[in-house]
Amino acid sequence: MTGQDPKGEGLAASSRSLRQSPEPGSVTRRRLFAGSALLAAGGAVAVIGPSPAGAEADTNLPPDIPEWQIRPGREVMSPPYGLPSRYEGEVVRRPRAGGAPSPTRLAAVSTTPLQNLVGITTPNGLHYERHHAGVPDIDPEQHRLMVHGLVERPLIFTMADLTRYPSVSRIYFLECSGNSQTWGEPKSELTAQDTHGLLSCCEWTGVPLAIVLDDAGVRPEAKWILAEGADAAAMTRSIPIEKALDDALLAYAQNGERLRPEQGYPLRLFLPGYEGNASVKWLRRLKLGTAPFETREETSKYTMVMPDHTIRQFNFAMEAKSVITFPSGGHRLSAPGFYEISGLGWSGSGRIKRIEVSTDGGRSWQNAALQEPILPKCLTRFRFPWQWDGGPATLASRATDETGYVQPSHEALLKERDARSYYHNNAVQSWHVASGGAVTNAG
Amino acid sequence: MRGSIAVGAVFVGVLASHASARYGFGRQATPREIAGWDIDVSPDGSGLPAGRGSVREGAAIYAEKCAACHGGKGDGGPMDQLAGGFGTIFDAKPHKTVGSFWPYATTLFDFVRRAMPLDAPQSLTPDQVYAVSAYVLFLNRIVPEDAVLDATTLPKIEMPNRAGFTSEYGPATGAPKP
Ligand code: HEC
Repeated sequence: MTGQDPKGEGLAASSRSLRQSPEPGSVTRRRLFAGSALLAAGGAVAVIGPSPAGAEADTNLPPDIPEWQIRPGREVMSPPYGLPSRYEGEVVRRPRAGGAPSPTRLAAVSTTPLQNLVGITTPNGLHYERHHAGVPDIDPEQHRLMVHGLVERPLIFTMADLTRYPSVSRIYFLECSGNSQTWGEPKSELTAQDTHGLLSCCEWTGVPLAIVLDDAGVRPEAKWILAEGADAAAMTRSIPIEKALDDALLAYAQNGERLRPEQGYPLRLFLPGYEGNASVKWLRRLKLGTAPFETREETSKYTMVMPDHTIRQFNFAMEAKSVITFPSGGHRLSAPGFYEISGLGWSGSGRIKRIEVSTDGGRSWQNAALQEPILPKCLTRFRFPWQWDGGPATLASRATDETGYVQPSHEALLKERDARSYYHNNAVQSWHVASGGAVTNAG
Repeated sequence: MRGSIAVGAVFVGVLASHASARYGFGRQATPREIAGWDIDVSPDGSGLPAGRGSVREGAAIYAEKCAACHGGKGDGGPMDQLAGGFGTIFDAKPHKTVGSFWPYATTLFDFVRRAMPLDAPQSLTPDQVYAVSAYVLFLNRIVPEDAVLDATTLPKIEMPNRAGFTSEYGPATGAPKP
């Protein structure tokens, strides 16, 4: 049953219909328990899990006293590092459906379950992954960052050195440049996790890279920096010096705790607004030079073939984009009535200025409410009240950022470039609501 | 931090060489330490180690250490295709290979040295990396069967798609440069 429900198809909506029904008893409890963990509209999280006790669960409802109330629960610190409720087992990272499966899980991606999350923060255990040769198990005592090349003083830092520097904490999104492989005919079965799940947002804490570079003494000829990871791929990217001296971070913490191994423990580069791949994880080396270093990640991967047959090597900033996360692919609306459409907008160029929502397939657009805080290079949550009349509808969202740039439609994007460019697909995403309430990907 | 004179004083001796540094954390990296980690190779050939390797030697190394993942002739399967795909990069489904796509031969050396084979990275000697790079370039019809690569010959190789690339950066689709 729901344990095998990869799309999260039993939905929050069923709990909502229960709450709204004039006769709650008309929706069977069995049906309620068949739902997996879900989001209800209205921003509240309705946690409806599979019933472990089967039919006995019925005795947990009024007027009976629930079984969890008639004896004490777990002790403190069981476990010492807390985990989500066992009823939330469906809310996990998944491989991306819809594309060719990766032949190895060492060089692969996993996606964030956007359709199950609220607010703007991605829990650390749900941050999307892209590794090129697995996740290294690094002893922080033995991790070193080397800064060399065109500097006055080549330096080596321990983690203790780096955490002594003045620090900053900032909330930023991170998006893989290969997110949203939605160029072709829409595959109706895809969820928001499949189409947009290479996107996460955390509070990152670290030392501004500019401070550390200043200690090393940047030579005036230095224009590019090679960032290299300590993983088995020794991942490398070339970073323009302006970015390094602007808002780049040497990050060692994420949402209040040290980085997760999958996110670069104990140290990663974090380049706000840039494609995820440039924020090199497990950072061990920064080498300053005069030109791009022409790494493999700047050749067959992470480059864009343009219609004029040039190949763009560096496509750093992620363009403004948005996606409706509720209702989205795999959800099911159980009955006509009120739903709160909710989703995320973001831009690598700054703040989100406006998100518009269409419920008629893009014929008309209306402004959504933006949830504060509205931060630069950070996810912004939007909400839009909607009365579903029970008929077919096509939902879409469109972002405008503070530079005035407007997220393009598929058609507009395809006029500029096509699937050969592969990366940076920021086209408007639509979901189709069928008259029965099933929500599917409409591309 | 900056005003933390007492802390700074403790480190004065150690940090004598950091006279102009603002915080003075970390220590000088020694040439030996840098040499051990400084493995990147640039298009001008800087960073290439001493050593040499031939197509013929490379064929044997490739068969032993690469073919299982990249196909007998670099034709791919299960992992990335390394050879062929000539003239496909503007097709609807481009085959991006070392020969059809990569702008610099030095990138091949750099990548194989740091990351391949996937199950034993940084295990190849410089001679082996030269040799297997020569073989992959031979499979792509870029060097002849009798080619021998070293720090002088490798950077001179002209890759067919070199002119296709632009390293200019900024938005691809209308968004302003941040
Ligand atoms: C165990 C499987 C495996 C073996 C063995 C292996 N590779 Fe790879 N190789 C991969 C994977 C996986 C990737 C893609 C890595 C990524 O996604 O970053 C790759 C990528 C590459 C690429 C880059 C391809 C591109 O278009 O970007 C080259 C070049 C390469 N390998 C060469 C070699 C050579 C030479 C050897 C032998 C010395 C070798 N590989 C052995 C799995 C393997």
